[in-house]
Amino acid sequence: MRRTWRRHGEGPWPWLAAGSVALSLLMLLALLLLLATRGLGHFWPAEVAVVTPHAGSPFAGIAVREEAIPGDTRRERLYFTANRDLEGGRWRWVELGEIARIDYPAELVMMERSRWGDLVGRLVALEGEGESHVGEAAWPALQARLRALERLRDERDRLRDEVVMPLVRRLETVDSDEVRAALAAANGRIRELQATMGGATLIVESADGRRVEQPLEKVLRAWRPNAMTLLDRVVAWGEGVWRFLSEGPRAANSAGGVWPAIFGTMLMVLLMSLVVTPFGVLAAIYLNEVAHQGALTRIVRIGVRNLAGVPSIVFGVFGLGLFVHGIGGSLDEWFFSERLPSPTFGTGGLLWASLTLALLTLPVVIVATEEGLARVPDHQREGALALGATRMEMLTRVVLPMTLPAMLTGMILAVARAAGEVAPLMLVGVAKLASRVPVDGDFPFLHLERKFMHLGYHIYDTALHGDDVQAAMPLAFATALLLVLVILLLNLTAIFLRHHLRLRHEVPSRV
Amino acid sequence: MSVFMSSSAARGPIIDFAASESCLEINGLSLAYGDKPALRDLTLRVPRQRVTAFIGPSGCGKSTLLRAFNRLHDLNEEVVRCGEIRLEGQDIHAPEVEVAELRRRVGMVFQAPNPFPMSIYDNVAFGLRLQGELRRRQMDDSVEWALRSAALWEEVKDRLRTSAWALSGGQQQRLVIARTLAVQPEVLLLDEPASALDPISTLKIEELIGNLKSRLSLVLVTHNMQQAARVSDFTAFLEQGELVEYGPTQTLFTHPRLARTENYITGRMT
Ligand SMILES: Nc1ncnc2c1ncn2[C@@H]1O[C@H](COP(=O)(O)OP(=O)(O)OP(=O)(O)O)[C@@H](O)[C@H]1O
Ligand SMILES: [Mg+2]
Repeated sequence: MRRTWRRHGEGPWPWLAAGSVALSLLMLLALLLLLATRGLGHFWPAEVAVVTPHAGSPFAGIAVREEAIPGDTRRERLYFTANRDLEGGRWRWVELGEIARIDYPAELVMMERSRWGDLVGRLVALEGEGESHVGEAAWPALQARLRALERLRDERDRLRDEVVMPLVRRLETVDSDEVRAALAAANGRIRELQATMGGATLIVESADGRRVEQPLEKVLRAWRPNAMTLLDRVVAWGEGVWRFLSEGPRAANSAGGVWPAIFGTMLMVLLMSLVVTPFGVLAAIYLNEVAHQGALTRIVRIGVRNLAGVPSIVFGVFGLGLFVHGIGGSLDEWFFSERLPSPTFGTGGLLWASLTLALLTLPVVIVATEEGLARVPDHQREGALALGATRMEMLTRVVLPMTLPAMLTGMILAVARAAGEVAPLMLVGVAKLASRVPVDGDFPFLHLERKFMHLGYHIYDTALHGDDVQAAMPLAFATALLLVLVILLLNLTAIFLRHHLRLRHEVPSRV
Repeated sequence: MSVFMSSSAARGPIIDFAASESCLEINGLSLAYGDKPALRDLTLRVPRQRVTAFIGPSGCGKSTLLRAFNRLHDLNEEVVRCGEIRLEGQDIHAPEVEVAELRRRVGMVFQAPNPFPMSIYDNVAFGLRLQGELRRRQMDDSVEWALRSAALWEEVKDRLRTSAWALSGGQQQRLVIARTLAVQPEVLLLDEPASALDPISTLKIEELIGNLKSRLSLVLVTHNMQQAARVSDFTAFLEQGELVEYGPTQTLFTHPRLARTENYITGRMT
């Protein structure tokens, strides 16, 4: 039927249909492309130009984009100039005709700092600890010092996380001199490390000849963007992406990585699916197999389906009222009264966020499972019953195994929906910056009451709430790309699982 | 009950068996789906260790009657029933009767082959596992026995662990029969078991039915007159939920007493 229709090409409908498919695909591709270029381009060590204008002093910067000046034939170019402590800002528009010359001096050094963002300029000297490296000798010395610093920082962080923090928490419960002594020793060691790190200073000369004294301990990394080969750049890009994935955020989420957000998203989604899957499946079984198929069941079914259309923020409000204030408040009164008035469960946290999202995604699981149950042919059920199976046996041995792919689909759809949900989380437990991840070596290891970070909220925060949003935007794009990839991965897993299970049970694809 | 209006149509001769010879005894059975009557005041006995065929036009209530024998109607809340059915003298609707056990004793094979989506072995073992049989050796023996009884063993013995859905339609239907035989039923209900199969598979099923009657009682529903004539010992002709004529197959097909019966078996539908 459809084939003849297509062959004769009757009317505009085939073209319209094909066109809209193509358009949707194109938009999807454009979205991914935008996220990828804007997000991943950020990690590419771009060349730094030294721009000398006809009037005024030269400056160094990375060309970002060009635009036509409104109502004019001239064009201007935006440079990222770094050096916020020197320039006051980090961006500079220059009209193309004003530029006298552009150089790419190989000896230009770019540095990532833990404060004030990047620094760019010529290395004049590295001084400290009684020695001083001047001119060309400063660069290898700087690299060696940075490697040493990196080791010291790791050692300090390890000490803080694995020795000091557990001791501090021990002190909250037992107050013994022994613990105090151990704590004092560890703190002393940290102070020692800190002292070793300090001391050295970099003298850097900016493009317009001003000199800056930069304490070396605040420098995280340094590279010479104009002296790098392509391979160097690729390696540096890979390292940048890896740091983005594996490190925590810095500078109020405007720099650094997103690992805690990835971890928080995954953990929250995992907890949510642990809750929503059994409840949703049981509810679907009840609605489809147990309940009398009367008007009431139909109303409940319609209700459940409509629940899927309720705006998610409403679930957030509900979660805030029921879980956080209601249940959480009561829990605090009964079990954590010694910590009041500072709340334990009476404030947003991982558990309440997971439960709220479980509620939000419950209809997805119920509907998917119900559809799976309805697809099990009646003659399969009757076959089981005719062999002497009770209804329970029929369900567990024949119907549910055949419904497994549908249940998994429902679960993964729920996960995909939950992973991208942000609005309700703002009410029930997401944090801009969680000082402690919800899983650590501290009993009971999983801390359900803690706040957590989330990729979606991180995007929102990075894109809107920094003091230099333009600089943080690429990070927001990269995070968005990551979120899309995570959800894509989850959906692909669903398709794979379904296919795999279908093969195992050899359910023909018409089912 | 007003829905069970008894018809005044003339009845053909109805053969009767002594209670000691019959496995199923139906007394005044009427059944309706909501307010739509499907069976009207049926009374008949099904002989033991024989093949009894139910024939009749589509929608006359053959399947409905068969499903009443193992109480598959229990699931349908709108079904109304009156009258009784006795299996070996016991009322199957008596409160002390366990439905699952009744269904084990009265096995059923449906029109469309319905193997479960599991291996051939697991399909046959399904009913046994429900009985609580878990010993490996016992199970292996029973599975082999059931498959041999259904004349399927030679074809599948090398691939017992492969999916049952990979079998052909005819093999699937014999697998379903094997699955039913494995739990040792006393009565086997076959609802058009060969109507979806090719002639060779149909022949195999018919042969199988002939071999099985030494062991159990069979009730066969079929639209195929030759099939009914070939394999059954007794035939009952139903029309619009009523039993019209019931007698030895030979007699019913060669000398039907009623014109209604003759019209139907000779293909002259009124
Ligand atoms: N689940 C049901 N709900 C309502 N009516 C039904 C149901 N099943 C069967 N019927 C009706 O009951 C009557 C008898 O149906 P039944 O299936 O027993 O006929 P049959 O003799 O087996 O027909 P066929 O030869 O086509 O299989 C038909 O009129 C049918 O429409
Ligand atoms: Mg039928």
